[in-house]
Amino acid sequence: MNPVWRIVARRLGSAIPVLAIVAVGSYGLLALAPGDAVDAYLSGGAGGDAAYVAQLRQQWGLDRSFGARLLAYLLSLVTLDFGWSVAFGRPVREVVLDRLANTLLLMSAAIALSFSLGTVLGVVAGSRPGSWRDRVLSLLSLALYAAPGFWLGLMMIVAFAVKLSWFPLGGIGTIGAPLEGLARVRDMAWHLAMPAGALGLVYLALYLRLMRSGMVEAWRSDFVRTARAKGLARTRIVWRHVARNALLPVVTMLGLQAGSMLGGSVVIESVFAIPGLGRLAYEAVGQRDVPLLLGIILAGTVMVILINLLVDLAYARLDPRVVRR
Amino acid sequence: MRLPNLTRRGVLGSALGAAVLPMPAWAQGTPRRGGTLVVAADTQPRNLNPAIAASNGVFYVASKVIEPLAEMSYDGSGLAPRLATEWSGSADGRSVTFKLRPGVSWHDGKPFSSADVAFSAMQVWKKAQNLGRVLFNDLEAVDTPDGGTAIFRFSQPTPFQLIRNALPAVTAVVPKHVYEGTDVNTNPANTRLIGTGPFRFIEHKPGEYYRLAKNPAYWDRDKPYLDGIVYRVLPDAGAIAAAIEADQIQLAAFSAIALSELPRLARVKGVQIVNKGYEGITYQLTVEINHRRKELADARVRRAIAHAIDKDFVVRTIFSGYAHASAGPIPKFDKVFHAADPALPNFDVARANALLDEAGYPRQGGTRFKLRLLPAPWFEQTRQMGDYLRQALRVVGIDVELVNNDSAGHTKAVYTDHAFDLAIGSPVYRNDPAISTTILYQGGLPAGVPFSNQYGYNDAALNTLMNKASETLDAAARAQLYREFQRQVAQSQPLIHVAEFTFISVIRDSLHNVANNPRWATSNWADAWLSA
Repeated sequence: MNPVWRIVARRLGSAIPVLAIVAVGSYGLLALAPGDAVDAYLSGGAGGDAAYVAQLRQQWGLDRSFGARLLAYLLSLVTLDFGWSVAFGRPVREVVLDRLANTLLLMSAAIALSFSLGTVLGVVAGSRPGSWRDRVLSLLSLALYAAPGFWLGLMMIVAFAVKLSWFPLGGIGTIGAPLEGLARVRDMAWHLAMPAGALGLVYLALYLRLMRSGMVEAWRSDFVRTARAKGLARTRIVWRHVARNALLPVVTMLGLQAGSMLGGSVVIESVFAIPGLGRLAYEAVGQRDVPLLLGIILAGTVMVILINLLVDLAYARLDPRVVRR
Repeated sequence: MRLPNLTRRGVLGSALGAAVLPMPAWAQGTPRRGGTLVVAADTQPRNLNPAIAASNGVFYVASKVIEPLAEMSYDGSGLAPRLATEWSGSADGRSVTFKLRPGVSWHDGKPFSSADVAFSAMQVWKKAQNLGRVLFNDLEAVDTPDGGTAIFRFSQPTPFQLIRNALPAVTAVVPKHVYEGTDVNTNPANTRLIGTGPFRFIEHKPGEYYRLAKNPAYWDRDKPYLDGIVYRVLPDAGAIAAAIEADQIQLAAFSAIALSELPRLARVKGVQIVNKGYEGITYQLTVEINHRRKELADARVRRAIAHAIDKDFVVRTIFSGYAHASAGPIPKFDKVFHAADPALPNFDVARANALLDEAGYPRQGGTRFKLRLLPAPWFEQTRQMGDYLRQALRVVGIDVELVNNDSAGHTKAVYTDHAFDLAIGSPVYRNDPAISTTILYQGGLPAGVPFSNQYGYNDAALNTLMNKASETLDAAARAQLYREFQRQVAQSQPLIHVAEFTFISVIRDSLHNVANNPRWATSNWADAWLSA
């Protein structure tokens, strides 16, 4: 079998037990949290009487035992039925799909920004470690990394939306404007520029630091000394020999980050009022909406598995030894 | 505070808001037609039907689409007609007659009639509504002698005063032809509202916005002035403040902006802070007490805790002055029922210490006993009150362990499991003690009902008094019984009321006719308008 296909098959095979463990584990964990969806619902209203409370529990299927609910959920999951969201009163699949596109868009824009800019700046910093360029970039990136995402987001809102009015305050599109085609894409890009920028900037430092330190290490290795000894041009050494070797841990980071960005965007999604998966998950926990939260976790798990697969394939391309093993 | 019509003095006279209120632009000018009002929304209720889910989060959006029989008003009678134009109760308390407004039609074009009121009352309010299930428990039938008259018939004598006071919150009328023969709880019209109000429901994009548009066939022919209302879902308080500053929204209601931001916003040109228009939905900051705990079953200990709390400090610090110190379980706004009682414990640490010594809990190594305190997570202020109470009680030798939960966890711990000694709560006063106040004192209620007496308190004499008040027909006699009720609980302190607070609206001065009734944020906004 083609070694690349072997990687794909191995990865996808191990995905099924991972998904099963995630489903059962998360279901159990959320069941341990005190209070259920009815408690959450009632706490936002004006109370009621005992019969009303009992009627709600029965309507939402919360009067059955934990085991019965888990079993029913797993059985429906096998048929790819993700259940019914009690907080939204809609099928989980619909609720999640509604938001998935927004999160994917925001996430890929932010990752693309942090990865590309971070790597390039990392190369700039790492091509002459210790130079003034290196110091300035390192300092700036650390300052950005230390800034909390929500603060950065709010500062961007104050500067670019309130004072300069360049960008909208939030949301993912102009409300009530039925835009089509290119105009709609432009409108969305205009709305997503600030949140993607805020999210991307925080992670920029990570890539920059990783790339830079990888390059510092590579400069000290024997093959670089050989390359210099045989009189290769500096640019060629930087790009072909040093940067390429330093890229491996950066790609690993990219894979890890894809998972964490889903969680990290709760804050950015809230500040910029973007209806995405992060905020949905937050609401699902608050509302004790078990099927919805599981739907989101499973969607996230699938996403992480797929991205890791892509990372593995990229590895194979960057470092042929990975495939041979 | 003055109640009659909105005057500059009436607004300025209240609390510390006076210091930050400029000349109210919304008191002048003739209404301009057109324009879309954009406001901040922070919750998206699961069920948007106010006839089923009577709560302020639902009313905020739904009250513009679906109307009650009557709305609260600052003038005279306290009620302004909506779908009903007249109401009267019979002497025996067994019937209430409503004359309904003629010439009203539903948003789908069908005419409104008494059949809709009868259906809403019998099938929705009485059977499916959180508040109505209790209030209309004795409602036997609604007679409709003609299309413009609805006569409510009760199996037990029911005070007309109570029904009157309940009208704004519990009588949202839904169309019979949409709901009849369906499951009321799952009808799609619960999220895509159809009503008679000044605005029609257009769409809800979950996580983004609700959009309402002008109802051109509204019964009040000149109104509404606005072309539409957009509720933008903005979950972050900082972003809401920025949005009002940038004029991207014209209203942030229900204290959506942190109190600490207000002094800064008050200086922004075009922004106004309004602390009026919520009197009809007054919240009360309370210390809930678990009487199952031996020490707390002793009235002296409860009074000692009340003596240890500096209510004025709470108002000044936690509420930045935007609240009033409580004087018992009925807010001062309610002139009919409120009666301040001299027996109410004042802030007096020495007295608190003396009472605790007298009750037989001397200090041992500085501490008398230890209590678990669960502050409700719903408001910043309920959480901060938890921090304050911990320190206030340490002064009198009571050690407090703070336990923080989220909404669902708190509701379960306090109202089902009773796993608390003290809790901080914030019940809403709904303009009649029988709607959601006496339920906090009524003994023998089953576990699992939030915002009711889950405190293990059961006083036979008080139960009798409350029952008598709930079936006394004469308004004056009934009010007298509730004064007696306040006198008794001021003495025994089954529950400690600390502050009464309403919300703050932050508006752009282009928005007019703001806060012109005591439930403004949850009323229909037919007369709200935007200047160019």
